[in-house]
Amino acid sequence: MAECHPVGFQWVMEAKRRGATIIHVDPRFTRTSAVADIHVPIRAGSDIAFLGAIVNHIIQNDRWFREYVVNYTNAAAIVSDDFLDTEDLDGLFSGWDEESGQYDPASWQYKGVEVTPAAGHREMFSGEPRSERGAMISAEEYDETLTNPKCVFQIVKRHFSRYTPEVVEEACGIPRELFSKVAEALCANSGRERTSAFCYAVGWTQHTVGVQYIRTAAIIQLLLGNIGRPGGGIMALRGHASIQGSTDIPTLYNMLPGYLPMPKASYDTDLKKYIEYNESASGWWSEFPKYIVSLLKAWYGDAATADNDWGYHYLPHISGDHSHMVTVSAMADGVVKGYFVIGENPAVGSMNTALQRKGMRQLEWLVVRDFAPTETAEFWRTAPEVKRGDVKPEEIGTEVFFFPCAAHTEKDGSFTNTQRLLQWHHKAVEPPGDCRSDLHFTFHLGRKLKALYQDSKAAKDRPILDLAWQYRTIGPHEEPDAEEVLAEINGYTLPDRKPLAAYTELEKDGSTACGCWIYSGCRKDGINQTARRKPESEQSWVAPEWGWAWPANRRLLYNRASADPDGKPWSERKRYIWWDEGERKWTGFDTPDFIATRPPDYRPGEGAKGIDTLSGIDPFIMQAEGKAWLYDPSGLLDGPLPTHYEPQESVLQNPLYGQQCNPARMEWVRRDNPYHKAWGDPRYPFIATTYRLTEHHTAGGMSRWLPWLNELQPEMFVEVSPELAGLRGLINGGWATVSTIRGEIEARVLVTERMRPLVMQGRIMHQVGLPYHWSWVGRSTGDAANELTAFIADPNVSIEESKAFSVQIVAGRRPEERRAAAAGPLAETELGDAGQRDLPPVQHKPVGRHGLRAGKTELTEEA
Amino acid sequence: MADKRLAERIPLLRQFTNLDALGLGESAWSRHTENLSARTAGADRVVGSICPYCGVGCGQEVFVKDGKILDIEGDYASPISRGCLCPKGAATTQLVTGTHRLQKVLYRPPYGKEWEEIPLERAMDLVAARVKKTRDETWEEEHQKGHPLRRTLGIAHLGGATLDNEENYLLKKLYTSMGMVQVENQARI
Amino acid sequence: MAATGFFTDTSVCIGCKACEVACKQWNQLPADGNFFSGRSYDNTLHLESTTWRHVAFVEQNRNLSGQTTAQPFSWLFLSDVCKHCRRAGCLEACPTGAIVRTEFESVYVQPDVCNGCGYCVVACPFGVINRRNDDGRAWKCTLCYDRQRQGMEPACAKTCPTDSIFFGPVDELRNRAEARLAELHRQGRQEAWLYGMTAEEQPGTEGLHAFFLLLHAPEAYNLPPSPVVPTKTIGTSWLAMGLAAAGMVAVTVAAVRHGGERT
Repeated sequence: MAECHPVGFQWVMEAKRRGATIIHVDPRFTRTSAVADIHVPIRAGSDIAFLGAIVNHIIQNDRWFREYVVNYTNAAAIVSDDFLDTEDLDGLFSGWDEESGQYDPASWQYKGVEVTPAAGHREMFSGEPRSERGAMISAEEYDETLTNPKCVFQIVKRHFSRYTPEVVEEACGIPRELFSKVAEALCANSGRERTSAFCYAVGWTQHTVGVQYIRTAAIIQLLLGNIGRPGGGIMALRGHASIQGSTDIPTLYNMLPGYLPMPKASYDTDLKKYIEYNESASGWWSEFPKYIVSLLKAWYGDAATADNDWGYHYLPHISGDHSHMVTVSAMADGVVKGYFVIGENPAVGSMNTALQRKGMRQLEWLVVRDFAPTETAEFWRTAPEVKRGDVKPEEIGTEVFFFPCAAHTEKDGSFTNTQRLLQWHHKAVEPPGDCRSDLHFTFHLGRKLKALYQDSKAAKDRPILDLAWQYRTIGPHEEPDAEEVLAEINGYTLPDRKPLAAYTELEKDGSTACGCWIYSGCRKDGINQTARRKPESEQSWVAPEWGWAWPANRRLLYNRASADPDGKPWSERKRYIWWDEGERKWTGFDTPDFIATRPPDYRPGEGAKGIDTLSGIDPFIMQAEGKAWLYDPSGLLDGPLPTHYEPQESVLQNPLYGQQCNPARMEWVRRDNPYHKAWGDPRYPFIATTYRLTEHHTAGGMSRWLPWLNELQPEMFVEVSPELAGLRGLINGGWATVSTIRGEIEARVLVTERMRPLVMQGRIMHQVGLPYHWSWVGRSTGDAANELTAFIADPNVSIEESKAFSVQIVAGRRPEERRAAAAGPLAETELGDAGQRDLPPVQHKPVGRHGLRAGKTELTEEA
Repeated sequence: MADKRLAERIPLLRQFTNLDALGLGESAWSRHTENLSARTAGADRVVGSICPYCGVGCGQEVFVKDGKILDIEGDYASPISRGCLCPKGAATTQLVTGTHRLQKVLYRPPYGKEWEEIPLERAMDLVAARVKKTRDETWEEEHQKGHPLRRTLGIAHLGGATLDNEENYLLKKLYTSMGMVQVENQARI
Repeated sequence: MAATGFFTDTSVCIGCKACEVACKQWNQLPADGNFFSGRSYDNTLHLESTTWRHVAFVEQNRNLSGQTTAQPFSWLFLSDVCKHCRRAGCLEACPTGAIVRTEFESVYVQPDVCNGCGYCVVACPFGVINRRNDDGRAWKCTLCYDRQRQGMEPACAKTCPTDSIFFGPVDELRNRAEARLAELHRQGRQEAWLYGMTAEEQPGTEGLHAFFLLLHAPEAYNLPPSPVVPTKTIGTSWLAMGLAAAGMVAVTVAAVRHGGERT
């Protein structure tokens, strides 16, 4: 955190000053470790073993927060009799379907009821009658004594019972005493009087089992009562100014703004079905119809009417996974013709960069928008394979457009930070030359498309022609008014266009329009709430008048949980939101994340519908039953509980189960994306992990051009321990070549005791550290770490595994004729070790188009 | 006050009038030193902004004079950052005013060996034409089983994490209405 | 006016180098070029005429008190800067009057007066001040003299995310430093100590206006253990010179007398 979010880290230092214990778990000793109380060196890729052992510690030693767990989580729920755990099946859960190569989650459900997940994969509920789903939630069976062997608590307890300190030592390389110290510190600092927080970044997400890493932390935090309370929570430290915003208003294939799912082919064939599949009969998602109808009104204006399902049929349908790696492999196979790359640099920042560039070579056209031509813009001219002569520019047919973009100081707009806080930046100066904002580019592209299609009578072109696109423009460059766009995102009434104050004002009858329901209220009263800059010294410590947080300016989600079931603060020290009996409403330092007037003793009656099903002790209002899930009865593709699986390329056999890797992982079985052996590949004996440095930013487009940053970290390097340096003859300051079967890179050697060999299962394991900022363009250059990484992904979110993989390292520079699997002679695909990665039922997952061997419904195959 | 002015000009006299016996202090100040002040003091405007790098969202103040950026610093008022910036944030002035920034559109024709500069408006027209052509050629109206698809898999997008919410909103709105589904950004990575 | 300065508390420094960049940004200093040193994360290595803040990185095989790691190890950071000595060697060595003491008691090189003679360079016991290759003049930290004139704090102190660099009146800084030291000692972190805060502790400079809380010996951070401003010894130098001259006279006289006897 000190490395990548130094200013956010000031609050950690502030906490430390006030006596907090800072624990840093990282394969490397970093600038965060330097000021932490405890540094835990961990084998990259083994976090579930570590976190799972904390869960076990909490339960075995009875350190969990009983009143919180019983009332606010699903600990008491009884699970289907058909459920079988990884304990029973050597690393698999019940429901594995050999033929489709994926789980059928039916046996994971609660007994006698099916619930809709608040997030995740709702399509898993396909084919069943929808109308009663969730409505029967009150029929769910409970055991509040938590002793029934089929209740969630007992299932969790049994599942994690084998995650012992000995396993931590064996799987993570962490000494037992060190583990115990961490577990005890965490328990001692949780409860009524104290809370603990977890912070993570892509060190947790970039794994084939990344979602379950975070799930394990969630289980710990729920058992300890650390969610929805001040000083608690799990904080995702996001790496870009508006990466949270680009998830909320998603430039992501599977969602519409506000986490509404994209229509799915063959299921969501019309609005009725779409709503039926996606609304929940209970909990907050019962409001779903209001959000989609208001979105369609915002997009298609008067053309969206009750008669035409509000223009629902203008939306395209997804059929399976269209995520980044799926798209790029389709690109490499010639399916994708045109590609917009805006403020991103996949030729450096994405996995298996040689395959990324191979994809670009097959395009008909590519548009890149950035400050200066990036490696992505220059892929046809100066890429390693071009310099090497494997491919020649005159053989690359891609037409490339590079547009210079405006900086944040040259345009109005809002960023959403890592805490869901929208903050407005004002235009200070005009952009130079032909530099323009991305708002300008998009708006004028839309205008031009409307003009090109204006005479069309084709049904397919109606959405473009009916698109509500009348934004006021400002100045000689006809810059669209960003605040007018924000007004649409906020939402307004129809036809009089009064700004909405909150999402609770949305309707499903077409009388409101709203571009993103969770952002509704950000322009309450017609005032840009995101531009509020009231100094922190002039307001409460929660600082509610700085910017605006979604939803409803809530700074802390699920904050009903900061009070006990009776609505009183758990302790004076940790008071935040509480029930005011005199006023008959919830009050406190923040906007209550609860129905403001619902008393703690409210219980829904028989036949209650929608949000009336939420009782006074249901703080997790987005969940169908208002409780946080220790166990996920639905929504995840790789199991209801986190399970330790090894990375795709490991140095160890899974010490816990016969199933080596996540059975549901996504693999790309292609000659341009080969993998190493599952473990112990003698050619690639070391563990590698990639990361950022304080002094640079992601793929370098915003840092490798700045001399002030370059002098601080001037070129690509690789961090190794003195022991590994000795073993491989590496000299500090000299050169090393790091390779995988996919490619090889050279880097300066930094020998440091901050990298420590780990002792596991009686063997010494070496880890290699690779910052990933560099490549061949800019004022500071070096080889890109992502030349080494693979297309391999977590099944739930399609995020790659680049935080743990195996490599070779040798002294000296790489040969001039550098090898890459995706250019030049292709490597042989090696699947001979399938038996090592998977148990027999998993081994025969079908391989689809573009080499994708997916653990999730791959509907693109239905064609 | 002629004497006073004389005393100000002659260093030795200044030493006496300023009680600066060793002549290491004010009596040795040059006119430049006497007039020294922070360049931001002369700013026409101070514009509220937010750091464009990571997701912490530190407050920035942009000092502007004559339509040019003089300086970018942390904003003390921010409850997130309290005036601080990290090395990247502290380098924001260099990011936005640096010589690395290209100001012309570059175009590389198919099989071309070098970039060409082309006018912005022409580039926009070309891109719109490419979009239309690819969209029309790769349109999938419905699946062979009869359910609707109404999309193109011929065009894809990557990017958004560094963009404003308003920009992402318009991108998603336009792309979706064009029938594009392969819209992705750094949040997936 | 009250003397102002920096209290740099290395116990909270995270080595982010924001101070280095903020200093270059405010003072419009050029980068020194790309040089991979292989010395931890330190690639600018020392203070220079164009690098007025420099973060030192010290990797050592021992724990700090209260720190738990798998193997004994710690990583120390220190943001170094001109010390603005109360008895400043550069200032006293400057023959042109270019280096002056400001109303904030800081030591300032007036760029319009400096002729680049370089006498100051050898007079600094910390190796802080240096001449720029491009214009030949001597440059160093100004304690953001221009900003202070507007009541603004120096750029490095403002940007420092963890308040490792704290700016203020030197008297207040001393109180703050002593309180911080006491707090650390109370926590059992006995390795913490204050470097250069007082004349008693550092007679060779008569105390620094930019002083430090360190977690190790000064040499670990490349700081001199007992710096002495050369001009500080000017009295004894004169005395020594006088004695030497007297001695030589005596020898000469004796030699003449002795020689006379021989001839």
